[in-house]
Amino acid sequence: MKQKILLLFAHPSQHRSQANLPLFKAAQNIEGVTCVDLYGEYPDYHIDIDREQQRLLAHDIIVFMFPFYWYSTPALLKEWQDLVLEYGFAYGQGGTALAGKHFMCALTAGGSEKAYRADGYNHFTLGELLQPLEQTANICGMKYLPPFAIFGSRTAATDGRLQEHIQQWTRLLSAISEGRFDMEGGCKATSLVNQLDKLILEAV
Amino acid sequence: MTGYFVQAFVYLAAAVIMVPLAKRMGLGSVLGYLVAGVIIGPLTGLVGAETETLQHVAEFGVVMMLFLVGLELQPQMLWQMRSKLVGLGGLQVGGSTVLIAGTAMLFSVDWRMALAIGLIFALSSTAIVLQSHGEKGWSKTEGGRASFSVLLFQDIAVIPMLAFLPFLAMPAADVVADLAHQAASVAADGAGDVAARGAEHAAEHGAGHDEDSGGHHGGSDPLADLPPMIYALSVIGAISIVVVVGQFLSTPLFRFVAASGLREVFTATALALVVGISALMGMVGLSPALGTFLAGVILANSEFRHELESNIEPFKGLLLGLFFITVGAGISFPVLVDNFGFLVGVTLAVIVGKALVLYLLAVVFKVRGSDRWILTLSLAQAGEFGFVLLAFSLQVNVLDAAMVELLAMVVALSMFLTPLLFILLEKVLMPRMEQSSNEQQEEDVIEEQGEVIIAGVGRFGQIVNRLLLANGVSTTVLDHEAQQVEHLRHIRIKSYFGDATRMELLHTAGIEEASMLVVAIDDRERALHLVHEVKRHYPNLKVMARAFDRGDAYQLEHAGADYVVKETYHSALDMGKQALKYLGYHPFQAENLTRAFDEVEEERKEELRASWITTLHEKGVSASYQEQFMKLDDALLLAMQKDRVDRHTSEERGWTPPPIGYAEKLESEQDIGAKTK
Repeated sequence: MKQKILLLFAHPSQHRSQANLPLFKAAQNIEGVTCVDLYGEYPDYHIDIDREQQRLLAHDIIVFMFPFYWYSTPALLKEWQDLVLEYGFAYGQGGTALAGKHFMCALTAGGSEKAYRADGYNHFTLGELLQPLEQTANICGMKYLPPFAIFGSRTAATDGRLQEHIQQWTRLLSAISEGRFDMEGGCKATSLVNQLDKLILEAV
Repeated sequence: MTGYFVQAFVYLAAAVIMVPLAKRMGLGSVLGYLVAGVIIGPLTGLVGAETETLQHVAEFGVVMMLFLVGLELQPQMLWQMRSKLVGLGGLQVGGSTVLIAGTAMLFSVDWRMALAIGLIFALSSTAIVLQSHGEKGWSKTEGGRASFSVLLFQDIAVIPMLAFLPFLAMPAADVVADLAHQAASVAADGAGDVAARGAEHAAEHGAGHDEDSGGHHGGSDPLADLPPMIYALSVIGAISIVVVVGQFLSTPLFRFVAASGLREVFTATALALVVGISALMGMVGLSPALGTFLAGVILANSEFRHELESNIEPFKGLLLGLFFITVGAGISFPVLVDNFGFLVGVTLAVIVGKALVLYLLAVVFKVRGSDRWILTLSLAQAGEFGFVLLAFSLQVNVLDAAMVELLAMVVALSMFLTPLLFILLEKVLMPRMEQSSNEQQEEDVIEEQGEVIIAGVGRFGQIVNRLLLANGVSTTVLDHEAQQVEHLRHIRIKSYFGDATRMELLHTAGIEEASMLVVAIDDRERALHLVHEVKRHYPNLKVMARAFDRGDAYQLEHAGADYVVKETYHSALDMGKQALKYLGYHPFQAENLTRAFDEVEEERKEELRASWITTLHEKGVSASYQEQFMKLDDALLLAMQKDRVDRHTSEERGWTPPPIGYAEKLESEQDIGAKTK
């Protein structure tokens, strides 16, 4: 079954983005993916709540796409959560608008994967650091997919890794959009990138 | 002629010296006028017999005051007052009359005389009470409103009283035919006195224009001879004229006059309106004060309301002052000394008695706290109506001359004591009430929100006004273009015609109570002048001004404006931002660049202003504005060039990831740390 994907992209400094923006641009060419540049639409942080809620209702998969910064989302995306995920809409009494949808983070981190371990300098895994978002998804009744993460993003382009990342990313999005992705299996996986081949069903 | 000048000078000089003195001592202007009257009258004898004639003229001040009060009171507000007006007012007049008449009868005064005295003393002084309430800011309190309801009822009650008093005539002097002549001739002395109430009016009219009617009963009303139906019709006709003129004809007339641009003609029109209505009311035997009050209420929604107020206000003020002076001057020392005990006793008895009735009514009508005391003590005196009714009672032989002289003294003395009661209220009772109410933690009823006055409602002022109105802020909008005001009224924006740079107009627009003034008039010189004047008179008022350009902005700030905005600055900045976006800049970057520009502008502001002021001083006033502006432009250009570097760095800081290699460095440090452990 076709899945409609809402890609909420939040990057406050796009003219300096080396990994995140190319990924976003690549996603724009995939059918069934609605790409929203939040900083482009709300440069003054004045978010149109109704419009954003309508967007949520019209999609099956919600993706937050952002550079990981101070172990969290950029400010505008946090503002978006605070305003759009209203009581009575996303959670609480009568707040079932998002129930049954899937939620996923797509992020770029400056540190290497090694850094996001108990013995690394960040001391916590990426999954652990994203727990606030995971729990947000839980409260809203959404099924949480592990993050699509790119580590060492500052050097991805110079190291020649970027093309590979983009390819994995577009493969994933197309598969989800076309209903060729094992969503249930995805939710149980610890990492999407490592198990991409297993989770994507080549023919439906 | 010189004699008049001397007299006029004596009155004016007395007021000029005493009133500011009284105000400075916290006694209020009314007491100042009264004392001034006592000084030039009984104390030094500078003025004498003409006082009484003058008093009738001065009573026109009361008529004007009621017109102004009417202007403040919209018809729907009057309608809301109806139960208080009739209930509170009716019970006050009735209760006081019964109590005073009853007390008089205990002292074996004939019941007819006692009743007349009761009626006369039941009335209070509209002039003193409204003037003092306005001065002390009590007009809008619950106590002030209740007092006003009672005063208005009294005003209406005077008319039936004038009709009723002749029936109380002493049987011994039952020479009704004589009375009418007497009344007519006495009143005719005051010819030209437009303001004298009821009796005089009618009688004057009778004497002046209608010789035949001199013999009608009671001498009170030239139209009383007419069949009741026709009389009633004429009264209804007169009121209809007032309503029709006020509602439909006044606005086109005022617009026509305003278009001429001659201020004095507008003043003449305003005066003609008030005088004309007074004359009309006099003709049908109604109180001129009531007629002008009605006209005021009808005009309360007019766009010319504030202009009317500011034109009538000075006349009202002077005439009322004159009236208070004549009351002071009318006090006769010999009479006072001879009957000191009696007069003081009766005066105090009247005040205590009336206060008692008012206090009971305040309890019944649930007027609480300090408002209860405002009502009780404000209306405890006898009033200027008392003089009129006393004179009339003498004419119709209800009271004898000696009695009238004494009672007139009681009225004057009670009026004299009223300002003292106000001081007692303000200095002793109110602070105590405040304390106890603070203890009770009772929530205050918000009397009226602080108003914002907007001067000039063109393209700029309109937007400010709409934003404020949409948020429930009450605004008073002034514009000097009658056309503009008319347009705004069509879209239901409350606006008033008038030159906002005139201090009197700002005064009537309520600048004393306002919390803010927004200056958005097009004429730069006048705007500057306005800011300067307003800041001088009301240093605590927030003044926000719209500037035409940079130089104008500095001048406005220099003149004391609290906030100045250049009219084109923000829209130009917005346009620049939009241009950047069309050029391909990311919206968020365009937003940040625009903000950076604004910050630089803000940073350099002080510097630029300082250089602007130095230029001003160096070259003196003769330096042309253009030259100054060019210097300013140079300074700005320099600042902008410098800014390029600054802006770049400040924008760099907007949102930066850590430098490349930083993560690796951290990692290696971590490794070293782990190994050394």
